[in-house]
Amino acid sequence: MSDDESGGEYGQSADDQRAVVMGIDFRNDGLMLLTLLLGIYIIYLLAGLVIGFPFRGLMNQIGQLTFWIAVFAMASLALNLHWGYTGLFNIGIVGFMATGVYVTGILSKPVFGSGTSAAEVGGFGLPLWIGIIGGMVAAGLLGLLAALPALRLRADYLAIVTIALSEIVRFSLLSDTLSGHNIAGYRVGLGGGDGVILDYPDPLESLIRALSAPFDLVFGEQGWLWNEVYLGVVVDFVGNYIPNNPKPVVDNFAYAAVLLLILGGFYVLIQRMGNSPFGRVLKAIREDEDVTNALGKNTNMFKIKSFVVGCALMGLVGILWFGTQGSVTPNTFRPRITFYIWIALIIGGAGSNSGSVMGGAVFAAFLFQGPRYFKNVIETALGNPEAPSSFGQAMLPISNGDVVPFLLYTLDSIRQLQLFMMGVVLIVLMHRRPDGMLGHRKEPASSIPLTRPIKRSGGGDTVATDGGETDE
Amino acid sequence: MGASSTYDRARSQIVEKPMTAVLGIIAVLLVVDLVRQLTMGNLTIARVMSLVLDGVLRGLVIGLAGIGLSMTYSILNFANFAHGDYITAGAFSGWATTYIIAGGFGSAANIGSLALVGAGGSVFGGALGINAIQTPLAVFAGLVVSGVFTIALALAIDKFIYKPIRGSGGIPLLITSVGVAFALRYVIQFMFDSGTRGTTNTGSLPGIRPNVIDGTVAITAHDVLLIVVAGGLMLGVHILLQRTKLGKAMRAMSDDEALARITGIATERVIRSTWIIGGGLTGVSGFMFVLWKGTLSWNDGWLLLLLIFAAVILGGIGSVYGAIAGGLVIGLTASTAVIWIPSGFARAAAFGVMILVLVVRPQGIFAGRSTA
Repeated sequence: MSDDESGGEYGQSADDQRAVVMGIDFRNDGLMLLTLLLGIYIIYLLAGLVIGFPFRGLMNQIGQLTFWIAVFAMASLALNLHWGYTGLFNIGIVGFMATGVYVTGILSKPVFGSGTSAAEVGGFGLPLWIGIIGGMVAAGLLGLLAALPALRLRADYLAIVTIALSEIVRFSLLSDTLSGHNIAGYRVGLGGGDGVILDYPDPLESLIRALSAPFDLVFGEQGWLWNEVYLGVVVDFVGNYIPNNPKPVVDNFAYAAVLLLILGGFYVLIQRMGNSPFGRVLKAIREDEDVTNALGKNTNMFKIKSFVVGCALMGLVGILWFGTQGSVTPNTFRPRITFYIWIALIIGGAGSNSGSVMGGAVFAAFLFQGPRYFKNVIETALGNPEAPSSFGQAMLPISNGDVVPFLLYTLDSIRQLQLFMMGVVLIVLMHRRPDGMLGHRKEPASSIPLTRPIKRSGGGDTVATDGGETDE
Repeated sequence: MGASSTYDRARSQIVEKPMTAVLGIIAVLLVVDLVRQLTMGNLTIARVMSLVLDGVLRGLVIGLAGIGLSMTYSILNFANFAHGDYITAGAFSGWATTYIIAGGFGSAANIGSLALVGAGGSVFGGALGINAIQTPLAVFAGLVVSGVFTIALALAIDKFIYKPIRGSGGIPLLITSVGVAFALRYVIQFMFDSGTRGTTNTGSLPGIRPNVIDGTVAITAHDVLLIVVAGGLMLGVHILLQRTKLGKAMRAMSDDEALARITGIATERVIRSTWIIGGGLTGVSGFMFVLWKGTLSWNDGWLLLLLIFAAVILGGIGSVYGAIAGGLVIGLTASTAVIWIPSGFARAAAFGVMILVLVVRPQGIFAGRSTA
C-alpha cells in the first residue's frame, strides 16, 4: 500500500516499475487518483455533450456521479479497515448501514402528531446531529454485539454470521411487530414494510445554517450563510445557466461536495489509524493471528475495536447515502449493496486506502452509475424507443435477422444486466488481479522504513508484508 | 500431548457447559409455553402437527440441497455462495421442460412463452394443469432435466471459474463464488423476468385430511412425492458413499488432499464426482421445492441459501447425515417458530439458531463423523 510520501525514496524497484502506467509515473497516489477522477469526468461530459444531453440533465448526472463516488469510496474505506487491515470478512455491511439510517431517522424525525405525517410513526424530534451520532453509535453497538461471539470464528464462518445478521436486521425492519409503539410518550417504530419517511430538516440546509452561526453574530441575521450566500449568490449565479429552478441542481452539487469533504476525513482517519501502533497490530493480526497473540497482544480486543469502529463508519455511510432520499424502506437494504462495496474494495485493492478510494470511484463511475448513464444517453439519442416487454419478444425477431428488439430489451433491463456485469467483473478480478489496482504493493510492517535507499543498493533485503494478501 | 488434550477437553467442557445449560433452560421454557398455549386453547394440536409437517418438508428440501454444499465445502474447502443460484437455475431449467411438455410442445400456448416458464404472465402453470397426478410425465421430465442441467452448470462453472484459482485458498474462492452467484441470478432475471409465477394446479391436486384429535392436517400428493424423492435420493447417496470406493476417496480427500493424491486417488475425478452428485441433488431439490410450494421466482435459491448454510454448519461441514439432520432442524425451526414469535421473525429465528451453533459448537453437531 504505502501511501506515504517516502514511497519515492524508499521501497522496492519492482514496485516503482509497476507504478508507471502508460508512461506516466504514478508513484504518487494523489496524482493517480486525480488523473482517474479527471478522466472519469471528461468521459461523462464528453458522452453527454456528443449526444446533446440537456445541460441541466448533464449537471445533475455529474452531481450524482460525485455523490456515488464519495459514498462508495467511504464505504470501501470502512470495509478496508475490516478486511484490508484486520482481515475480518464482513459481508453484512448493509445491515450496519440500515441500522445507522433508521436510528438517525427515528431520533431526528418530528414528534408524532406535530407535523405532516399523520399516518406515519413519529420520532423523538432531536436535532439532526444528535441523530447522526446516535445512528453511528447504534451501528457500532450492533457491530459489538456481532463481534463479541463471532470474531473467534474462521473467516468464512464470520462471513456467514455477518450476512445472516444483515438479513436479520432487514427482517426486523420489515416486521409488523416493531412497526410502531409508544415509548415514553413518543409514538415511534420502524414502520414495517412501508419504511420510515425521513422528514427531518434537510441535512444540507441544517449544516449550512449551523456553519452560519458566527456570521449570524456579525451580520445580525438568522442563517446568513444560507439565505445570503447560498441562496442569494450561489443559486442565483447558477440560475444564469439553468434558468428553471436551479436550486435542486446546486443542492446536488453542494451535498456531493460535503460528502467529498467527509470522504477526506474518512481517508485521514483510516490512514492515521493504519499507521498507528494500533493499526500495525491489526495488520499483524491479518497476517498471522497466532503469532500476534504470542507476542502478547490481546488480539480479540484489537479485532473487536477495529470491527466496532468500522461498523460505526458504515453506519455513517448509510446515513449519508440514504438519509437524503426522503424515505427508507427495509427492502432497499438487500445484500447486493454489500456486494457493491466489496467489488469497489477489490477493484481498488484490499489493504490500500488510496486504492479503496480509487476502487470506489471506478466502481461508481463505470459499474454503478455508468450503465445507467449509458442507457440515458442512448435513449435520449434514439428518442426514447419502445423496448419489448419480455425476453421472448426480444428473442423472436432474431430469427429474422433483426437484432434491434433484443438490443432495446438489453438496454431496458440494464439494471439487471449491470449486476450480472459486476459479478463477471468480480470473477475476472479474482482470476487476473486478486490484489486490485493498488493492493499488490509492499507495505512495511514497521513504523520506520526498513529498506535501504535504492540509490545505494538495488533492492536489498526487505522485511515487508504483502499488501492485500488473504489471511491464510 | 496426552496431557494437553485432556486439559483441552476439560477446559472446553467447562466453557461449553454454561451455554448448554442456558440452552436447556430455553428449550424447557419453550415446551412449557407450548403446553400453556395448548391448554389455553390458543393453539390446536392439529396446527402444531401441520407446522411440524411443513417444517419436515422444508427441511428435506434444505437437506437435499445441503448435501451438495456440504460436500463441496469439505472437499474443495470453500463456502460456495453460488449454491443458492444453482438451485434457482435447476428449478428454471426443470420447469421450462415441464411447461413445454405440459403445454403439448407449443399446442396449448406459444412455445417461447412455455420455454420462459410463462414470463410476464403469458402462460400460467395452473391453466396448463400441471401437477404430479395430472401431468406425471411432464413433472418427471422436469425433475430429470433440472438435475442434469444443474450438473452441467456446476461442472462448467467449476471448470472455467473455480478450477483455475483453486490453489489460492478458500477466501478468494468464496469471493469468486459471490460473483458467480450474482452473475447467475441476474442472467436468470434478465431472461425470465422478475415476476413470481404460480406453477402448479393445486385445485385438482389429490390429498388427504386425516383427523388429528382437535382438527385436520392437510397432506397433498406433492408432500408425499417430496418425501419419496428426497428420502430416496438421500438413501441413494448414503449407499453410494458407504459402499463404493468413491465414497472412501471423498472422505480421504476431505481429510487431506495431498495425502489422498499420494495414495493414488484421482483427486480431479473425485472433485468431478462431487460436483455431479452435489449438482444433481441441488437441481432436483430446486425443482421439488417449486413443485411443493407452487411458485417460482428468480431469487428462490438465494433466499434458501442462508438456511442451507445454517443446516450444513449445524450438521458439521462435510457430513452428509449432518446436512440432512441440520436441514430438518433448520426447517422445523423456521416453520414452528411462529408458535412462539411473530411470523416476521421465523426466518430470523433459523438464522439465530445458526449463529448460536457457530458460536457454541462451530464444528457442528455431527462433527468428527464425516461421511463424505
